[in-house]
Amino acid sequence: MTISDLRNAAADSGAVAGSSNGTAPPSTRPKAKRTWRSYSVYAGLALIFAYCLAPFYWMLVSSLRRTADIFDNTLLPAPFSLENYAKVFDGSTMFGQALLNSLIVAGTTTTFALVLGVFAAYAISRLNFRFKSVILGVIIATSMFPGISVVVPLLRLFTDIGWINTYQAMIVPNLSFAIPLAVWNLTTFMKALPFDLEEAAMIDGCTKWQAFRRVLLPLAAPGVFTTAILTFIHSWNEFIIALSMINDPKIQTATVAISKFTGATEFQAPFGEQMAAGVIVTVPLVIMVLIFQRRIVEGLTAGASK
Amino acid sequence: MTTTTAPPAGAQTGTPQPGRPRKRGHRSPGEGRMAAMLLSPTLLVLALVIVYPLLSAVHQSLFRAESGLDADGFVSDVESFVGLANYADLFVGESGRRFLNAFANTTFFTVTTVFLETVLGLCLALAMNRAFRGRSFLRASILVPWAVPTAVSGLLWRWIFQSDGIANNILGSEILWTAEGNASKLAVIIAEVWKTAPFIGLLVLAGMQVIPGEVYEAARIDGAGWWRQLGSITLPLVKPTLLVAVLFRMLDALRMFDLPFVLIGSGKESVETLSMLAWDESNQLRYGSASAFAVMLFLYVAVVAIVFVKVLGADVTGAKELKLLSKKTARKNRIAANQATATADEATADLSNSDQTKTEATR
Repeated sequence: MTISDLRNAAADSGAVAGSSNGTAPPSTRPKAKRTWRSYSVYAGLALIFAYCLAPFYWMLVSSLRRTADIFDNTLLPAPFSLENYAKVFDGSTMFGQALLNSLIVAGTTTTFALVLGVFAAYAISRLNFRFKSVILGVIIATSMFPGISVVVPLLRLFTDIGWINTYQAMIVPNLSFAIPLAVWNLTTFMKALPFDLEEAAMIDGCTKWQAFRRVLLPLAAPGVFTTAILTFIHSWNEFIIALSMINDPKIQTATVAISKFTGATEFQAPFGEQMAAGVIVTVPLVIMVLIFQRRIVEGLTAGASK
Repeated sequence: MTTTTAPPAGAQTGTPQPGRPRKRGHRSPGEGRMAAMLLSPTLLVLALVIVYPLLSAVHQSLFRAESGLDADGFVSDVESFVGLANYADLFVGESGRRFLNAFANTTFFTVTTVFLETVLGLCLALAMNRAFRGRSFLRASILVPWAVPTAVSGLLWRWIFQSDGIANNILGSEILWTAEGNASKLAVIIAEVWKTAPFIGLLVLAGMQVIPGEVYEAARIDGAGWWRQLGSITLPLVKPTLLVAVLFRMLDALRMFDLPFVLIGSGKESVETLSMLAWDESNQLRYGSASAFAVMLFLYVAVVAIVFVKVLGADVTGAKELKLLSKKTARKNRIAANQATATADEATADLSNSDQTKTEATR
């Protein structure tokens, strides 16, 4: 049974439970109470929307104001302006380069983590060997490792070997959280896949490796894709490693770059530009979330609610 | 979903050989070698990025850079072995005060944010579990705070909490949120909870959705009201999911760095966490004390994780799932063995199988 099967089953049963749960059977409750209840449910939902989206909306609105009326509190930008976006990309801040750097670092991290993760997850979910649960436990435990405990010693090491201000100085430490994430997600996905097909392939004369490559891998593709999205988002949002290892604006990633946007004086922080840059960094993620929301939720919850 | 997603028992045993059922305890040497081959790159990289830094941090924390002028009048950095002096300094003097403050802040933030997130996340999940129209839209919007990079959310909330920003405007107050003081603590908590409560909500919702509807139906027939259903069905059944979610959030909150760093700034006493303190020290090139702070944070995280897993029994790795699986496999094997072997062999086969079950259990 795959996770989506489960979800559907759950949604079905949930629908049954909920339809009679939220609103009680008509015969026993007066109608007025029922509509009041459904109104309160909708009010609650509206509240959730507002809670989740209002701060983000405020960032978007502020980014579309002119510098002169950045302190306006109207809900829509009165004179609509792309001034801030133009400033972000005018070259003085190298923000375009920072976006490219983020893409390179997050992309490479994701690729490495996935390649290593697929093999490790296959071994854990399909092979029989000693210390299996110990190894899985160790891999998961490493994901709880505080980033700063990696950064401090590696900063020293990378200074010595001249890696400061290089991409690999970010990519290698990023693997410390990306690999556990990938291994764990992929293991959960592969465990959920039926073994029968591989078994059939092996009876037909495939070796284990062939069964893995020709049968399991295509089946696990959705899981691999979900893991890729999650790992990419995590690496894209990474901050402390990039902040510590890089001091050259040409190499720094977007999250670090926008945190360093400063105006002429401390009291004149360029909030408009910061908001515009924030929107630019976040929008690719929001689009990804909108398109792949089902997969992302699946991936996020697969780990925790096994 | 432990029990429902378990693969068929055959998954654990590999190729069955006709006539002679393979026993679980028997591992072909090829399989072990293959596993070692497949796992070694991952373990090697993890050793490089986790184990090496940890050992190196412990090592560095025993040294201290003494910068002074050497005989020729140049600034020289000599590292000298100081034993546990860096750790002793955690509790005395100026650096001790700073450490204890950061420790208190980290603990305070972890407890308050995780508590609020859990309560809010539960409410979100309960509300979403009831919504049927627009659920996918709701799910997408709830992912937005999760997807916003923490650094960006720090900026965003700094803008909202400006002295002449929207927060003060709505509240009609003139609070200096982003300066020192309790207001800045509150600002960090609000921003953190905003970003992470939806995450808990999503996890809990997933846990709620696998509760079969019949359970609620039965409870309703027995006359249980909404609160009773919540307390006796929903909460106990989502507890395993919730425990894992809370554990992860706690470990994440303990290493909080980006948000206070961007929202309030580095070196602010009221929001300085252990991560920020260690970062600041390493930025000042005081690697010895920075490493000591990092090691302390690591120990703190490890202790919390161990206590959580041992005391509350959060099933993080799915270890329970594995155990359950091995039990099932053993039972299936025994049945197969009984069928395949002659009656005379039955007793011995059963015996060896139960032996294997035992070794499996002790492992």
